[in-house]
Amino acid sequence: MKPLFGRGPSLQLRLFFTVLVSVACIVADARFHLFDSSRVYMNSLVSPLIYLANLPKQLVGGVRTQLRSRESLMDENDQLQQQLFLVRGELLRLQQLTQENQRLHQLLGSPINLDARKMVAQILAVDSDPFVHQVVIDKGTLNGVYDGQPVLNDQGVVGQVLSVGKTTSRVLLITDASHALPVRIARNDIRAIASGTGSIDELELKNITRNADLQEGDLLVTSGLGGRFPMGYPVARITRFAYEEGKPFAEVKAKPLAELDRLRYLLLLWPADQGKQPILAAPSAAMATASAATTTEGAP
Amino acid sequence: MTVTGHGKGSIYLTILVAMVLAIIPLPPALDSFRPDWVMLVVIYWVLALPHRVNVGSAWLAGLLLDMLLGSTLGVRALALAIMAYVVASQFQKIRNFSVWQQALVMGCVSLLGQLVIFWAEHLFSVAFLHYRLFWTSLTTCLVWPWVYLTLRRIRRRYHIR
Repeated sequence: MKPLFGRGPSLQLRLFFTVLVSVACIVADARFHLFDSSRVYMNSLVSPLIYLANLPKQLVGGVRTQLRSRESLMDENDQLQQQLFLVRGELLRLQQLTQENQRLHQLLGSPINLDARKMVAQILAVDSDPFVHQVVIDKGTLNGVYDGQPVLNDQGVVGQVLSVGKTTSRVLLITDASHALPVRIARNDIRAIASGTGSIDELELKNITRNADLQEGDLLVTSGLGGRFPMGYPVARITRFAYEEGKPFAEVKAKPLAELDRLRYLLLLWPADQGKQPILAAPSAAMATASAATTTEGAP
Repeated sequence: MTVTGHGKGSIYLTILVAMVLAIIPLPPALDSFRPDWVMLVVIYWVLALPHRVNVGSAWLAGLLLDMLLGSTLGVRALALAIMAYVVASQFQKIRNFSVWQQALVMGCVSLLGQLVIFWAEHLFSVAFLHYRLFWTSLTTCLVWPWVYLTLRRIRRRYHIR
């Protein structure tokens, strides 16, 4: 039998050192955020593993699209054509309304609300730590993604970019317990802060007085006050407004409009006033330029 | 007898495979039943070769897993180091257990690790005690015999000592 731990420090000593270093790491990371700048390199270091883990799902997806019948594809194509037709029709009015809105803003002397540039990102459906709500997307610094960037999908606000790697980034969802965003009620402009609860389909509005004019079903939109999310994007719908006797504030819960547990594609947003630009890589260029072309309408 | 360097690649490879398994996307229904793959593989190597894989290597594996999962740096490193210590200090006893007894031990060790993770996350950020923590320990316990047999076959095939 070989001597156990003949060389090097004893088992207890090793444990002692590793526990010491771990606790130092945890404190440095969670309390003092010392590793925030090096997260980029860490994310880049492990991104091959993330892509590798995503490979089986991509393969299954690829095989499934290969096996689809011509008929179903044609059906879908028809449906999409019709949808596009309808959306185009709506867009005609939207452009006119945007211009009108901008003119009115100019008349009022208030700053014009410029449109944002967008890019489509796909979720590398990677399961993360159960205690935090995060997803990993396939765009990184190479595409111009930056820390704190707002992320949406076609239903509503999803979250914001937490840390960026070269080819991947992590998005913190709005339901994460550490996340909060400034919102207002679309119906009457009451301002509030929607904080995550740690449960995937619930937000909480804190410090709402009991007599506030809120109703179940009210739509919450971003208020643009934090400076991070642009104004006017839908966030959630109020599902519960109740209060207990003796408590100073009402209990308000809301359900995010985006279905955060079944995300697939996301929209990265570059608000016009941030002074940052998307970097168009080859594969996503078509998508991004298409949306950029429609969104960069100059002032009249 | 030269021990260093022999089969190191295979050990690293199995741990990397475990990491990929730990983040591979699963349907949401199965997701909470995902065993703690990295813990299983690391603990197997601690049990089989405690003179080569122990607290230090387990800690490094945990650190890599932390980067992969985007959690607070050092949480899983701490948990894996403690789990490796528990097993490495009792490896002679545990080795003589039958596979199912070992599985029971692994379930307990995994629960300990999960609680350490929860506790470390809870101290500095917001974390909730979720019942899926117990499911993880249960499936880890149930999967152990197969992990054990597979890795033992790998170890014998490539004469890793």
